[in-house]
Formats: sequence, structure tokens, C-alpha cells
Amino acid sequence: MDQIFGIPINAFMGQLLIGLINGSFYALLSLGLAVIFGLLNIINFTHGAQYMMGAFGAYFLLNKLGLNYWWALFVVPILVGATGVVIERFMLSKLYKLDHLYGLLLTFGLALIIEGIFRNEFGSAGLPYSMPSQLEGGHNLGFMFLPNYRGWVIGASLVVCIGTWLLIEKTKLGAYLRAATENPKMVEAFGVNVPRMITLTYGFGVALAALAGVFAAPIYQVSPQMGSSLIIVVFAVVVIGGMGSILGAVITGFGLGIIEGLTKVFYPEASNTVIFVIMAIVLMIRPQGLFGQR
Amino acid sequence: MKWQMKTLALAAAMAVAGSAFAQAKKDEKKEEDKISGGVVKIGVLNDQSSLYADLGGQGSVLAVKMAIADFNAAKNGLKVEVIFADHQNKPDVGSQIASKWIDSEGVDMIIDTPNSGVALAVNQVVRDKKKVFINSGAASSDLTGAKCSPNTIHWTYDTWMLANGTGSAIVKNGGDTWFFLTADYAFGHALERDTEAVVLKNGGKVLGKVRHPLNTQDFSSFLLQAQSSKAKIVGLANAGGDTSNSIKQAAEFGIVKGGQNLAGLLVFLTDVHALGLEKAQGLIFTETFYWDQNDASRAFTKRFAAANGGKYPTMVHAGVYAGTLHYLKAVAALKSDDGTDVVAQMKKTPTDDPLFGKGTIRADGRKIHPAYLFEVKKPSESKGPYDYYKLKATIPADQAFRPLKDGGCELVK
Amino acid sequence: MANETPGLDQRDVAFDAKFFRYGFLAMMVFFIAVPFVNQAAGRDLIYLVFLMKVLCFGLFACAFNLLLGYGGLLSFGHAMFLGMAGYFSAHLAKVGLQFDQVTLFKVSIPLSVHLPPFSTELAILVSTAATGVLGLLVGLLAIRRQGIYFAMITLALAQMIFFYCLQAPFTGGEDGIQSVPRGKLLGMIDLTNNTAMYYFVLAVFTFGFLLIYRTVHSPFGQVLKAIKENEPRAISLGYQTERYKLLAFVLSATLAGLAGATKAIVFQLASLTDVHWSMSGEVVLMTLLGGMGTIFGPVAGSFVIMAMENYLSNLGAWVTITQGIVFVICVLAFRRGIVGELEALLRRRLTFRQFLFEVFAFRHHKRARDKKRG
Repeated sequence: MDQIFGIPINAFMGQLLIGLINGSFYALLSLGLAVIFGLLNIINFTHGAQYMMGAFGAYFLLNKLGLNYWWALFVVPILVGATGVVIERFMLSKLYKLDHLYGLLLTFGLALIIEGIFRNEFGSAGLPYSMPSQLEGGHNLGFMFLPNYRGWVIGASLVVCIGTWLLIEKTKLGAYLRAATENPKMVEAFGVNVPRMITLTYGFGVALAALAGVFAAPIYQVSPQMGSSLIIVVFAVVVIGGMGSILGAVITGFGLGIIEGLTKVFYPEASNTVIFVIMAIVLMIRPQGLFGQR
Repeated sequence: MKWQMKTLALAAAMAVAGSAFAQAKKDEKKEEDKISGGVVKIGVLNDQSSLYADLGGQGSVLAVKMAIADFNAAKNGLKVEVIFADHQNKPDVGSQIASKWIDSEGVDMIIDTPNSGVALAVNQVVRDKKKVFINSGAASSDLTGAKCSPNTIHWTYDTWMLANGTGSAIVKNGGDTWFFLTADYAFGHALERDTEAVVLKNGGKVLGKVRHPLNTQDFSSFLLQAQSSKAKIVGLANAGGDTSNSIKQAAEFGIVKGGQNLAGLLVFLTDVHALGLEKAQGLIFTETFYWDQNDASRAFTKRFAAANGGKYPTMVHAGVYAGTLHYLKAVAALKSDDGTDVVAQMKKTPTDDPLFGKGTIRADGRKIHPAYLFEVKKPSESKGPYDYYKLKATIPADQAFRPLKDGGCELVK
Repeated sequence: MANETPGLDQRDVAFDAKFFRYGFLAMMVFFIAVPFVNQAAGRDLIYLVFLMKVLCFGLFACAFNLLLGYGGLLSFGHAMFLGMAGYFSAHLAKVGLQFDQVTLFKVSIPLSVHLPPFSTELAILVSTAATGVLGLLVGLLAIRRQGIYFAMITLALAQMIFFYCLQAPFTGGEDGIQSVPRGKLLGMIDLTNNTAMYYFVLAVFTFGFLLIYRTVHSPFGQVLKAIKENEPRAISLGYQTERYKLLAFVLSATLAGLAGATKAIVFQLASLTDVHWSMSGEVVLMTLLGGMGTIFGPVAGSFVIMAMENYLSNLGAWVTITQGIVFVICVLAFRRGIVGELEALLRRRLTFRQFLFEVFAFRHHKRARDKKRG
């Protein structure tokens, strides 16, 4: 069999792999959203802007400080995460007693501000960012040409996703986190500094977004609006997965990446809407999402 | 509820009275001075904050100011003022600003206006109010076709010219098999359709096409399809961020290294600058102005860049400059800023400016000048800032734009 | 917004009625007087096209507020109703209904309809009704989840509609539908005249505004508020809350559609701007700034936001930044909005100094928090 649904099987395999690569971006971003949502009960609308800041951060490190891509991988998430900590401390923390929708509105406003400032400073056309020389080129896998960089992204994001999952599910720190999600008063009574934990969690979620931004810088155009259209798709991913589990966010992210990739072959006109259609179907059958609990 | 009804009845009565009043006022419109308000007022209406801010934006305001200075308005007995606004890429905002400018601020001419949706809306407003609209930033060839107006001049480029120039010149240079990567909306379809027609007419073949949604981030699966088609030329019938992203990822997947060439159907200097030569090298596309063409364009660029934070002018900026210059000449010759008269005068007199050279404006409002096929240099070939293009071919003025009879413009008898 | 309901706790009916009565009178006098003042001044003190836009967006925001302020449902996709209605009415007024087949997902069903261009009022009516149907479909899906999920679902569905509008042939892609005729109202009044158009828009707005006021103060509105305060309790009282929420959603979508359809006629165009998600954000901002859950708030919010968009339009990207800053300030310190604060001031007959202290010391927020703790 060398054909599948009228597509040569080689091309099919190629598209599958490509979908997986895109899925790794969805997974990283929805993971960050899920972590933040888990503890803060806030949908972080600024996530797209923070992803964009990550990409811009990589550009600045390279062009202003001469620090290359590998440095950026570590430094940028920490820096952008730090801005997240500031936002949480001075703004979000004032809203926990109110309806969760206020958090959404606040982060939406922040996203407007951040995007506007970047647009004002750097224009909208974007900035060039070169691929790290170690990852240039690619391998011919027989069924497709796989650029090395894409291979690296897929591997690295898998590691990050699994690492985060282990951190939250298997360590003591993670246990505190999960407990604080359930009952913050109780955890506080055990002598855990819950407010600080919340702050750091938000910083961590933001850092994940920034990391995805650094991953994106060499392959996508580094521009102020790069995050805003992506974030809505990620929201849909989150609705489909349901915010129940970290693993759910990751699996849904990768899975939808693949589905979207295949749509690009079979019915490219719908590739932007397919995720929303799936969302509608999931909502009809299982409103709490694939991995969510009632 | 009684008082509510009363209020409403009152409102209705006042509405009827008000409209009758306004009708009466319209009839007693006074004969106006030759130069309305004693000032020629130019409004730069464009995108100052978003997608098209780099290729127009404040640079266009600067270009208008330079044109006014170069024209030496005072010596010609004209007082010229410039205002500008951001249409935020919203047609309703654009149309509202345009009509407010004309109705209550005495604006005589509106210039630039990228984004086809906004441009068509402003085109309508200016036509209704009989002023002047010189478009440089928008691509839609409808402005001089089905939607042409006796008050509009389309200066710099349009979709037909881009498709025709790029398509025919590339096929003649041996790029005879094509694969299209098309943005899935009206603009992309138009570009693809026009280019395909030209490619076929010149004996080329189209091996395949794929439609991608607007603002796609990842093009890899489309690029894989282009790669396996083995077409010599991958035509990018898209714009802005989509073009940049597809070029960037084409480099990653080794499309150009594998012997295929990318043809951009709408690429600006700012796009190439944002991509960097490393990624953009080998890209072929059509423009009507490049800063490094001759002494006059270089001299203009030097002044422009100095006042624009070191950013070089795009063809849109050049069109704004040249359009303003030609407009002021017509106003000075007529000693009037009556919209319809000025446009007629502009069409009657041949154009001559340092950036586009000598040219004409056709009856449908289309400005005619040569177009140029450029290829982006390799990083090793570039000698200085913005040294990006090398000239591959010149498309003479009489072939660069859509023939007058094909546009379907009602002004053409 | 179950936890924070500014000013609702000590609601006193007599005050409400008085506030509405004088407020409505003041608003109508202002809107009716503007053309006359312009006439008397001999120039446009306030540009009528600008005011028409304020009215259209005011109605849009009022419709949105019906859902958020009184039903507690934050829709982040309301632009789809505004925008689709605009496309509908622009298309009907310009082309009418002309097609030979219906194509859905590449499947064509032959269906021949040929209707000439609709008259202005009919185009608006039909497209408003069509938007109501769209609202029903979206509502059926969206009300399956609450709170943040509801917001995300509406956002995602609106994004789907946006892509549809971008690709569908009848919307004209990024060109939009242009040169829509304003036509004659009932075949008599020429709407190309701005003053006539203005009073027509004012009439439409007033109709929608009063309808919302009636709805809010009807038994239906009371149940809606009860659901917002405490849904489980409303359910245990025997109300089928889903139905109430759906009806509120449909009503809100229909009125948003009325605003969009009218706006398309005013500007003689329909474009992608009005279906884009940033428009959904803008209407949230208008409502929040004006005061959610207040009847006049959305109108005030629309006025301020449109004035910003209009008069700051040469500031470039600063428009977005300013909007963002207003958003943040509203959420952090000004949750009652303009009208909410004004109402509180009048209600308690504070002196101006006390009022300033109230606003800037954020005392009411602290008190609300203390109350919850204690």
C-alpha cells in the first residue's frame, strides 16, 4: 500500500510529523494556561503577548547582548517569568476575592498594552532572527525532509511537558500545589506560604509561554501580533482538553496539532477552523472537555 | 410609560423638522472661493499602528511634507497644510474620518490609504463629496476598474500589475512551472487568478496550488506540498506576515537550496528588511520604486531616511511623494482646488518627478510608469544598509498595467 | 459576576425609577438637540456621523450588557452578531437575495432564489431576525458551560465566524461590501441626508434601549438576576435556568444584530472589522467603563471609547495602549464604571469631597471585602 486516502503514504507520514511539531507549540502554550488556571483560576489572556515577548527576548539577547539562542532558552523564560511575577503581585493578586472573569478582563487589557507598546517600538513587519548554526540543515528521512530545528523543537517540548507533569504529579512541591488548588486555607495552616506559591506558579506558566516564544523565533516571524491569533486557537485547545489535568493539556495539544496538520492536506480551506469545529462537537458530547471532570 | 411616549413623539416631530431644515440648507449652498478656505489642506489617511504602519505610516506624512517643501508652495502662491490620522484598518473609521475631514475641516485631498477595504470606502466618500483621493498604499485594481471614480488616482501599484509583472517576467526568464501558495480570501484569489492567466499566456504551466487560511503561522505542510510538486517557481499569492512566514520557513525546508525559486507577489522593502537577507535571498518580485535606482532616488532617500529614523522609503512612500507633487502642480496651474477639476488637470498633464520619472495618468485614474522585477541579493552581495535588490528586468510602462479597455471602468468610453 | 454586584445590595426602587426617568430625559434631549445646535453654530460641534456611530455601538453595548450585567454571562464573541448582521443588511440592501444553489462544505444543493434589493427598513429587519437565529445556534452550544469557559467558547465560535466571513464570497473578503445604498425610509424620507439618517438611527436606538429596560424590569429580568446571583438556588426554586439564559442570549444577539444592521446602512459598508475578535473586546471595554449592570452605562462607555478612537486617531498605536490602560484601571479600581459611580454618588447624596475620597481611596472595595470576611 503506497497510498492512503489518495495521498502517497510518504507525504502522509510527513504531514503527520509536521502536525506533531505544531502540536508541540499548542501543548507548551496550553500547558502554561492549564498550570495557571489550576492554581489561580484565571484564564491568562496575556499568554499570547508573553509568548511574543519570549520571541522578542531572544532577538534582544542576540542583537543587544550578543547572547545566542542557547542562552536565550534559559535567560528569556526567567526574565519574562519575572515580569509575570510583577503582574501577579501588583495586579492579579488584588482580584482573587472577585469573580474569575475579572482576571480574564485584566489580562486582556494587559495584552492590549503589551502588544501596543511592542508595535509602537518595533513596527509591525517584525524582526529577523536566525537559526542557531548547530541546528541548521536537516535530514532526509526518506518520506520527508526534516529540518533539524523542527526535530529539536519536538524533542525539547516533549521533555519540558513531561518534566512539568512529573514536577506537579510526582514531587512534594507538586503535591503542595495540587493541595493548594483544592483548599488553600488548609495548606496555609500547614505552614506553606500559599500567596508566594501562587506568584511563582504564575511566573512559571508565563515562563512556559516565553519558552515557546524562544522556540518559535527562528521559524516564525518575530512580530508583535504573532501571539494574538495563536492564543484563541490555544483557548479552543484548552476547552477541548478540559482543564482537568496537566497531561490532558499536553495530549490534546499534540493531538490537535496532528489533526490540524492532516486537514491542511485533505481540506486546507478548513485548517484554521477545524479546531473550532472539534470544539463544538466536544461541547455537544462532553461539555466538560475530554479530560475534564464535572 | 406615558412620559416616555411623550418624549418619543417629541423626538419624531423634531426628526421630521430637522431633516426638512437640513434639506433647505443644502439648496442655499454658497459659491465658494477658488481655493477653499484659502488653504490647500492635505490629509494623510493611513495605518499608523498596525500591519501597514511600516510601509506607510508616519513615513507617508514625511513624504507629503517633503513634496510640499520641494514644490516650494509659498513661491507658487499656495498655502498648504498637512494633517494625518490612523484609520486602524477599519473601513468605518476610515470613511468617518474622510467625511469629517471634508465636511468640517476643509480637507481638499486625501492620500495614501493602504488596506483595500478602507481604500474603497474612502474612494466612495471622496467621490460623493467631489474632492481628490490619491491612493498609493492599497493594492486593489478595482480602484481603477469596476469602482473607478472621477476623483481618484491610483498611483503606485495594483494587483494586476504585480501579477502580470512577476508572472510574465519570470516565465520569460525560464521559470515556466509554477506552484501557488494562496491566501484563502479575495485578495489572494485575485492575485493567483491574474498570475496564473499570465503564466499560461506566456507558455508556462501551473502544477498545483494550495489555499492557506489568512494569518497562518505554520506553512510547513503547504511547503512540503510545493516541494513535492517539483515546480520551478513557488508563487506566494499572499501578503504581510503570511509572506514573511512562508519565506522564512521555505528557507528552513531548503526549498531555495533545492533549486526551486520563490516568487513573492506582494513584497515591500520593509518585508525584506524584516526577514533579513539570509532568509530572503533569491526571492523574486515586482515593485515600481527602489531607492537605489538613480541619483535622484538616492538623494531623496538620503533626506528621507535622515528624517525617518534611518528607515528607507518604500514604493508607497515614493508614490505619496510623487502624487502630492503632481497634485500641487495641478492646483497651482488651475489656481483652484475644486476636486473634479484638479483630477482632470492631473490627468491632462504628463507627470514628471524625481522618483518615477516621466509618466501619465490615464482616464480611469491609473498612473502609468515602468515596473521592475527585482531579486533579493545574497548576504555576501550586500554592501550597506538596505542594499537588498538587484534588477532582473524592466517592464516598460505601456505593458506594466492593465490595458485601459480591460478594467471595466465607466469613465472609459 | 456573582461576587461583586456594585450597588445592587441596597437597591431602592424609587430611586431607580427616578434615576432612569431623569437620565433618559437628559439623554434624549442631548441626542435630539445636537443637530439643532450644530445648525445654530453654523459648524459641526459634534459630527453627526460620529454620533450615529456612538448610538449604534451604544445599542450594541446595551445588548451585551443585558447578558453580562444582568445575566452574568461574559460573551467574548459578540462581534459575530454585530458583524454578521452588518453583512446581512449590507448585502440585502445592495444586492437582495440572489443565488441558484446553497453550498455547504463543498456540497451544493440547488435552490433558486431571486429577490431584488430590499428596502432599508426591511433589510434591517430581516438581518436582525437572521442574527437572532445565529444567536440561537451559538447560544445552544455556549450555555453548556459557565463563567470562563463560556467566554472562551464564544470567543472560539466568533473566530470561526470570522474565518467564514473572510472566505465566503458574499462578504467580499477584506474589501467588504461597499457602496451600500442608504435608500429611503418607508419610500419617503431620503436617508442620504445625514440629519434624517441620524434621527432614524436615534429612533432605532431608543427602541432597542427601551426594550432592554423593559426586559430587565420584567419578571423575566428578575429571574435572570436571580440566576446571576445564585444559579443553584434558582434551579432549586424550580426555574429552568438554561432556558432563561438561552432566551437572554438570543435577545442580546438579536439586539446586537439590530445595531450592526443599522451601522452597515449608516456607513454604507460592512467589513471584517466588525466580526474581528478585537471588536468583541471593545464592547466589553465599553460596558465595563460605562458601568456594567447599569442601564445607561454602556451608552456612556460607547461615547467615551468612540471619542477616544476618533480624537486620538493620530496617536497611532497609542490608541490600543490607552484602551488597555483603561481596561486595567477599570478592573483594578473602577469596577462600577462611570455611571455606576455616578449612581452611587447620587444615591447616597455624598458631597463632592466625600465622593472623591470614595473613588480614590477605593473604600467600597475594601468594605465589600471586609463584609465577605466578616
